[in-house]
Amino acid sequence: MMTDKNKTIWIEYLVFLCVVSAFGLITENTYYLQIMTFIGINTLLALGLNMLMGYTGQVSLGHAAFYGIGAYTTAILSGTYAINPWLALVCAVAAAVLIAFIVGLPTLRLSGYYLAMGTLGFGMIVNIVIREWGDVTGGASGFVGIPVLEAGSLVFMSGASYYFLVWGIVFAAIIICRRLLASRTGRALRAIHDGENAAVAIGINTHALKLEIFMFSAALGAVAGFLYAHFVLFISPESFGFMFSIKIVTMVVIGGMASVWGALLGAAVLTLLPEVLHGFAEYEMIVFGTVLMVVMIFMPQGLTRGIMDIIRTARRARA
Amino acid sequence: MTLLQPTPGSRPQHILEVQDLTKMFGGVKAQDHINFSIEKGIVCGLIGPNGAGKTTLFNMITGIYRPDTGKVVFNGKDIRKTPVHRLVKAGVARTFQHVELFSSMTLLENIMVGMHVRTKAGFWAAVTRIPAMKREERQSRQKAEELLEFTGLAEDAHKMAGDLPAGRQKTAQIARALASNPLLLLLDEPAAGLNPVETHALGQLIRKIKQSGITMMLVEHDMSLVMEMSDKVVVLDQGKKLAQGTPRQIQSNEAVMSAYLGNG
Amino acid sequence: MQEIVQYLFSGITTGAVYAVIAVGLSMLYSSTELINFAHGEFVMIGALAMVTLWVRIGLPLPLAVAGAVAAGCMLGLVFERLAIRTARNPQPITLIIITVGASIFLKGAAMIVWGKDPFSMPSFSSHESIEIFGAALLPQSIWIVTAALVLAGGIHLFLKQTLTGKAMVACAVNKKAAWLSGIPSEKMGILAFGISAGCGAVAGIFIAPITMSSYDMGTILGIKGFCAAMIGGLGSLWGAFAGGLLLGILESLGAGLISSALKDAIAFVLLLLILYIRPGGLFAAKEAKRF
Repeated sequence: MMTDKNKTIWIEYLVFLCVVSAFGLITENTYYLQIMTFIGINTLLALGLNMLMGYTGQVSLGHAAFYGIGAYTTAILSGTYAINPWLALVCAVAAAVLIAFIVGLPTLRLSGYYLAMGTLGFGMIVNIVIREWGDVTGGASGFVGIPVLEAGSLVFMSGASYYFLVWGIVFAAIIICRRLLASRTGRALRAIHDGENAAVAIGINTHALKLEIFMFSAALGAVAGFLYAHFVLFISPESFGFMFSIKIVTMVVIGGMASVWGALLGAAVLTLLPEVLHGFAEYEMIVFGTVLMVVMIFMPQGLTRGIMDIIRTARRARA
Repeated sequence: MTLLQPTPGSRPQHILEVQDLTKMFGGVKAQDHINFSIEKGIVCGLIGPNGAGKTTLFNMITGIYRPDTGKVVFNGKDIRKTPVHRLVKAGVARTFQHVELFSSMTLLENIMVGMHVRTKAGFWAAVTRIPAMKREERQSRQKAEELLEFTGLAEDAHKMAGDLPAGRQKTAQIARALASNPLLLLLDEPAAGLNPVETHALGQLIRKIKQSGITMMLVEHDMSLVMEMSDKVVVLDQGKKLAQGTPRQIQSNEAVMSAYLGNG
Repeated sequence: MQEIVQYLFSGITTGAVYAVIAVGLSMLYSSTELINFAHGEFVMIGALAMVTLWVRIGLPLPLAVAGAVAAGCMLGLVFERLAIRTARNPQPITLIIITVGASIFLKGAAMIVWGKDPFSMPSFSSHESIEIFGAALLPQSIWIVTAALVLAGGIHLFLKQTLTGKAMVACAVNKKAAWLSGIPSEKMGILAFGISAGCGAVAGIFIAPITMSSYDMGTILGIKGFCAAMIGGLGSLWGAFAGGLLLGILESLGAGLISSALKDAIAFVLLLLILYIRPGGLFAAKEAKRF
């Protein structure tokens, strides 16, 4: 039983690595590589939120705040103060984790819609601070002058090098999430999701654990923000606003809650969809809104589960 | 037997002392100056008509409610202000009247999560998979399997907890509570909804748990089960302690009779 | 003094708009336990429909108002029928995403119908502004506050005096018990949706003359409406109303006396404070769950 499970995990990892490296090595079209890089960055966001929302059952409508904190911390430190970007990454993660701790302490005592509104409020405040603190962040017009990432002689410019950097980190993040979920901590998280009262009764300090996972998801968000900032080299507040928080939630839900690969699928769908919909020109929003509603109405468990169900029904019909 | 070894370090003769406990809910006295104590290693039945305050008392002993006045002394320490997770670590475990297993997890995982307070691996240990974490994980799994064996659930180990029949879920809840190595185990109506065969098996299990030295408190409506299992019975009625004594004494107590027959 | 009165006037004006939005949200929440993230879009629809009916087509004012409200209500009902009732597994989070989808859809549709440019609209009456303590009170402010009071009062009477209204309250208190006593809770949900969307449209109609209306005006108004409803106490009619007024006044005072840059932040800081200190809202009757 145990070894079987281990085997499937290794096969999944192998397939993942093959697909990702094959794409990176074969594709020369920079547009495709760029889209794939964005999918990777969004996967980090969805993975982090999924740990909190999918596995622990705590909705956050302000996850883009940590993405923004990550992006702006590295932009300000490496752009304005010329600090080494890798050191800035450490600071960005530290800042996000610290803010998550301070905000989470009171907020995570709330539940349901109250928690959703609390995180929404936090996200809005962070966005307003970014927009209005013009001297430091560049304000509404954005932050220009983010340096390119380098490591030794390797320069991570757009194209394959950045693609591999991002997906390498995604792979590491997937392993970390998987390991966490298969541990004592992961079981306790799922216990909170299934029944918070029972989780308390068996001796889980639910508040402390929620705070821990909130900080972890903030850290992943900050890493994503760092990667985004050094990829696009110009950032502005709208990329980190309420609509983007909602988009991350949608990635998690569309992909399928409580599923690591679901987070990847959701991130891919929601990154690709707007690109595909460019063809619809002004009907883009209508189509996007419709797709969201239709998927949620007919596949409330998300695409991963929904597609599996369809395949199963089809097989049964054939048999 | 080592499986259910209670946490060491218990000295006083009484594992639990409830002293002058009072709890009000909006002007209604849910608990009115309750006093009793439980000796180590016994099974103490807690009975009383519906609304007598049995579950409220349970919730106060397990740290979910705070009493207004009075004390709850567990293993020599006043636990009125102890948060639930510390209380579980100190050795108080409970089951619920309505089954609350974690339904998206397998039975085995449910038992393993029950060991939360007895295990240590945190975030970094899980991510780096250090040898100590792997060892702990192996031991947890092994102990969970043993517990399932002990409670007769071994064959369901890898089924989803939510898919099990109700009777087995109730047993599984006891197994999960045992996983925290309690000194005191509180069972809230474990026989409710069980058929006679299952109730009989439950009695066997309670006896086995008692043999391993764990003190139990049993809230139950099934009188024959309570009288058969208990060394001591406490009777509550309308938030007050009506009587306490051996099952035989209780069965011949007039106040108890009248409360149950509705004359009081 | 004069300045503060001026801030109060404008605060009460926007506050009344927030109040109407919040009442709509709160009403829907109490009868269906749904938080509608598309609510702001009904405000937008109300405002833009008003632009079309009154300014472009030139219908008489009462007729234009009725038309715009009807448009809002109809859209609300269609949305309920097509998207909410068909949902197979109405978990709160799925419903949230469905309403977000609807919000994007409505925004996209409005962009096609009305274009991207914002519209301005004249005040409902061309009277001079009234001077009180040296501060100017715009006639549109009086319109807005009156409309808000009438609307909230009307809903209050409906819930307290009519049989349908009482049935709706019963559903809100205990759905199962209401269902057992023969109240069609599904119909009550539909009705609540219609009224809620109508409230949104009313807010849009009255805000149109004091702001610029465009396809993307709804989101922020909707969110402010949530804040107001949460501040007052989710599910309480007058709580939501008071929350809206309070939010409007504090925003206006904060923007005027402290910094206009932080105007938008006030709503959210207030929201967080309320959630931390009194999660049930300022005027909530019952203790909210914090555990």
